[in-house]
Parts: sequence; C-alpha cells; structure tokens
Amino acid sequence: MKTRKWNKKTIMKSLKRNWLLYVFWLPAIIYIAVFAYAPMYGIQIAFRDYRFADGFFGSEWVGLKWFKKFFDAPRFWQILKNTLTVSIYSLVVGFPFPIILALVMNNMKNLKYKKFAQTITYMPHFISTVVLVGMMHIMFSPRSGVINTILGWIGLSGDYFFMGEPQYYIHMYVWSGVWQSMGWGSIIYMAALAGVDLSLHEAARIDGANKLQRVWYIDVPSIMPTICIMLIMRFGSVMSVGYEKVYLMQNALNTQQSEVISTYVYKMGLLNKQYSYSTAIGLFNSVINFILVVTMNKVVKKLSGSGLW
Amino acid sequence: MADKAKVKRKRMKKTWDDWAFDIITNAFLVFFIIIVFYPLWFVLMASFSDPVHVNSGAALLFPRGFTLAGYKQVLEDARIWRGYGNTIIYVLGGTLIGTCMTILAGFSASRKDVFGNSVLIKLLMFTMYFGGGTIPTYMVIQKLGLLDTRFLMCILGSFSVYNMIVVRSFMANSIPEELYDAATIDGCGIGNFFFKIVLPLSKAIIAVIVLYIAVAHWNSYFNAMMYLLDASKESLQLYLRQVLIASQARAGVAASGEDAQLAEQLAEAAALIKYATIVVSTAPILCMYPFVQKYFVKGVMIGSVKG
Repeated sequence: MKTRKWNKKTIMKSLKRNWLLYVFWLPAIIYIAVFAYAPMYGIQIAFRDYRFADGFFGSEWVGLKWFKKFFDAPRFWQILKNTLTVSIYSLVVGFPFPIILALVMNNMKNLKYKKFAQTITYMPHFISTVVLVGMMHIMFSPRSGVINTILGWIGLSGDYFFMGEPQYYIHMYVWSGVWQSMGWGSIIYMAALAGVDLSLHEAARIDGANKLQRVWYIDVPSIMPTICIMLIMRFGSVMSVGYEKVYLMQNALNTQQSEVISTYVYKMGLLNKQYSYSTAIGLFNSVINFILVVTMNKVVKKLSGSGLW
Repeated sequence: MADKAKVKRKRMKKTWDDWAFDIITNAFLVFFIIIVFYPLWFVLMASFSDPVHVNSGAALLFPRGFTLAGYKQVLEDARIWRGYGNTIIYVLGGTLIGTCMTILAGFSASRKDVFGNSVLIKLLMFTMYFGGGTIPTYMVIQKLGLLDTRFLMCILGSFSVYNMIVVRSFMANSIPEELYDAATIDGCGIGNFFFKIVLPLSKAIIAVIVLYIAVAHWNSYFNAMMYLLDASKESLQLYLRQVLIASQARAGVAASGEDAQLAEQLAEAAALIKYATIVVSTAPILCMYPFVQKYFVKGVMIGSVKG
C-alpha cells in the first residue's frame, strides 16, 4: 500500500469522511492496548525487584540482576540447549513432510481420492493438545498400551515407558508434532502447486520426461520460493517453543530433558512467584525471538522482494 | 478410426518408470493416510470395546466385546458436562466478540487513504513479534480484576492480528475500489458501504474467522489453567487434562514402581473412560470439520498471500 502525503486539508477530509473507521478500529485497539502494550509496559519489573507490597513503581531498581542470575544459573545452559534441540529437531524432521505430502497428493489424478486424503491428513490439526497428549499417554502406556502390545508380538519386551522415561521424550514430542501438523502444513504447498502452469507439464511430457522428472524439474522448482520462505520463517522462530505441549508432556522423570524457556518462565513466575526473575527470562527470550524474526524477514526480503512487513 | 485410437492408446501408455512412480506415490499416500487416521480410528473403536480386548491387542481394527460402559460413565460425570457448558459459553462469547473486533478492524485496515491507518497497522503487527510475556500479562489481568472471570475466558485470545490481516487481505483484494467509488457517488456513507455491500460480500471470510476463533477457543487449555481458580468455571480442556494426563502420569510413574499390578488394573479400567471422554470432547469438532474444511483452507491461503 502506498502511503500518501498528508497535509492539514487531506487529514481533515479523511477524518470527516472516515470517522466511522476509527470507531471500527476501537475495540481491536483497546484489546491490543490492554493485552499487548500494557504488558510490554510491565516488562520493567524485569529490571526491578518486584514486591507486591511495594507495588509496581515502588519496587527497587536492580538493573540486570535477574538476567545475571539466569545466565549464572546451572540450569541456564540445559534449558537453552533443550529449547534449541527440540526446535531444531522439529524443524529438520517436520519441515520436509508437508512438502512430500503435497507433492504426492498433487499427483493424484482422482479428485475424490485427493480430497479424501486432504480431509484425513488435515484432521489432527483440529485435535486439542490435551487430547493429543492424552491419546499418546494411553496408546504408549507400558504393558497395557497398544504400541507396547504390538512391540511385544514382534519379540520386544513390550514394556517401554515411552511417555515417562526421559530418553524417549524428545522423539515423542517431535514425531507427534509431525503427525499433527503434517497435513495442515501441506496446504500452503498445495496452493503453490495449484499455480504451476499445466502447459509446462504437457511440454515436458511430449519431450519424453517421465513423472518423476516432471515433479523434480517442474513442481519442485515452482514451489521452491514458498519452501525457502517457510524455511526462513521457521528459523525465525527457532527460539520460541510454546509451553502448551511441553508442559503437558512433562513429568517428574523427564524435566531435565523437557524444560524449555517458556515452561521455565511459567513455573518460576506463577508457581514460584518470582515475578521479576521470570519476567527477565521471558524478556531475554522475546528479544532473541524478535531479533531472529527481523533478521529472517530481511533475508526473505532480499531473496523474494517481499517480506512479512 | 481404429487406427487413431490405437495411436492414442500407444501415446498414452505409461512407461515402466511412470508405473513405478504411481505405485510409490500411492503407497506413500496410503501410508500417510493410515498413519494419520489409525490413531483416531483406534480411539473411536476402543471407546466401544471391552478394555481387556483392547489391551491384549485383540481389538486392533474393529471393536470387540461391544460396550457402552465408558460412555455411560462419561455421561454420568457431572464435571465433564460442566466443562462442556463452560467451554460452550467461552466459545460462543469469544467467537462473537472476536469476530466483530476482527471484521471491523480488518475492514478499517483495508481502506486506503485513511489518516493513521498505516501507523495503526504497524503498531498492531509489532505485537505479533514482540510481547510483554507471561508474567506481565498475568499482572495486567490481575490488576484489571479479570482473574477468574468468565469474561476473561471469552475475550482472551479472541482477537488476533493475524486474523485481522487475513480479513484485510481478503477485503482489499476481493472488493474492488470502484464499488466504493460508485457507492459514495450515490451518496452512500462508509457505514452503509460496510453494512450493505462489504459484509454481504465477505460471508466466506467471516466463516473463516468464526471457525478459526471457535476452534482455538475450544482447544485452548493454558489460559484456563493460568487464570481460573474456581473449579466451577473450568473449561472442557482443563478437565480433560486432569482426566487424561494428570492421572495417567501418576499411574505410569506408579507402574514403574512396586504396585505395578495394581496400577495396571487401574489403568485398564480407566482407559475405557478415557477413550470415551476423548470421543465425546473431540467429536463435535471433527464431525463438523469436513463440511467446513474449505473455509479453513481458504484462511490459510489468504493468510499466505501478504496483504
């Protein structure tokens, strides 16, 4: 959108003609002011020693104390490592599946079958995290779970405590994520594939290219820009691992492996009531996330000419 | 004539590599479909089966020892209905408020030549990438006295800048500027333009937004966990978390200890109820979804095109 030059006259004209639009804006602006900007203002407690009795501004200014405390904490490296590990593992494993799925579905000639495949593979996206983790708990439970029963048949002990023992945690987390988001993630590639010029395929076919060659030399290059943008975006969110699923999958045994920044912030803040410390950790994470997103957006802009903003 | 058909058939005949390609891609897709669908099918089937058969692996594909005992237990469980009722309130309230906010703001954002629009959009978009964080948000909500209120459960997360941008892209791209010019020349104000022309043309995007907000509200548990204290307001997902996960984690930890036998029996009895609970809580969304799938997909498509 081109921004026009504003002067007093055009401003007055716009205000007069469009006053209703500002009324329309109002609810959203109030919402964002209350739930986004007011908390941003509250970030300052990261630099204070917040005490309920002293109130917001009465609390002592302590500078970077809480950041230092976090960086010196023995768990700092562990948590940082967990956050990056789970995120990069999810990226490496989870990224190719939607693309493969889209390429495969795109080659299905039977439209009804294609639609059916889409409906089924999108479905897990609509299951809540609670239900997903609940399903995993039941199906992967030691002895009585269906997975262990099957493993028992093929001669394994069938006694694996997949949802409990720490060495399985990350695999369970990542692969359940693949299961849930693979189909939904393919939509964007399906859209890109729908834009591929059919005459290219026709020409290649006449020139004797087989299907695999056509996929490889026509389909894949056509969706390459989308792939690149999606990949770069994912890099931008590499430090933001949400707490919802991690928190549900955590137990006493796997905390060492499963604790990520967001869950640590939640526990430190709301369960241990260390408001300032936890805000500082959250701020540290937000700032890194923001820098990553901005950087990646610059990269996308360079490559494709248009970024997120 | 026959010759022509022969030639055509010859040309259309698949070579062996195309056959191989088709077989492999079909195998892939069937594999994906089974992997995705089987767990869902398993839960549905297990909810109707005698848990003994389920646990022994005798009922892997079809129900065995048909029973409605699990559903009976679930239906008698007052807490799940309370959770259901609360969630319906939160979903309805949140969707109504959120859709109005999103559509109104999205329309305003889609208009050109509005003083301040670009600044407002930038201010809103900034919050997509940077926020105050968990604790300051909590404190603001506490200060406002919104802790433990149904109003908060409705409103929280009902507006998202992403959805607003989806609306803006839709309106900016699908409603021609000429329409606005024509309407205003005929003396129609911007309010009339919105209610009489834009809204009727935006049914599809309204459906997208309604569904997005409703599903997100239905499925969220963390806000309820964080901001609700009173059990009588608990949402369905919060209750599910207790039934499905907290109890399971405890049973699992116990199973690795001494009371393995007892824990196993307990787990077996509880499993049936859990399957039934999952079906009862998830069925509304999964049954509705195939019929409105196109709207969800549309939302993703519009969202992927930068506005």
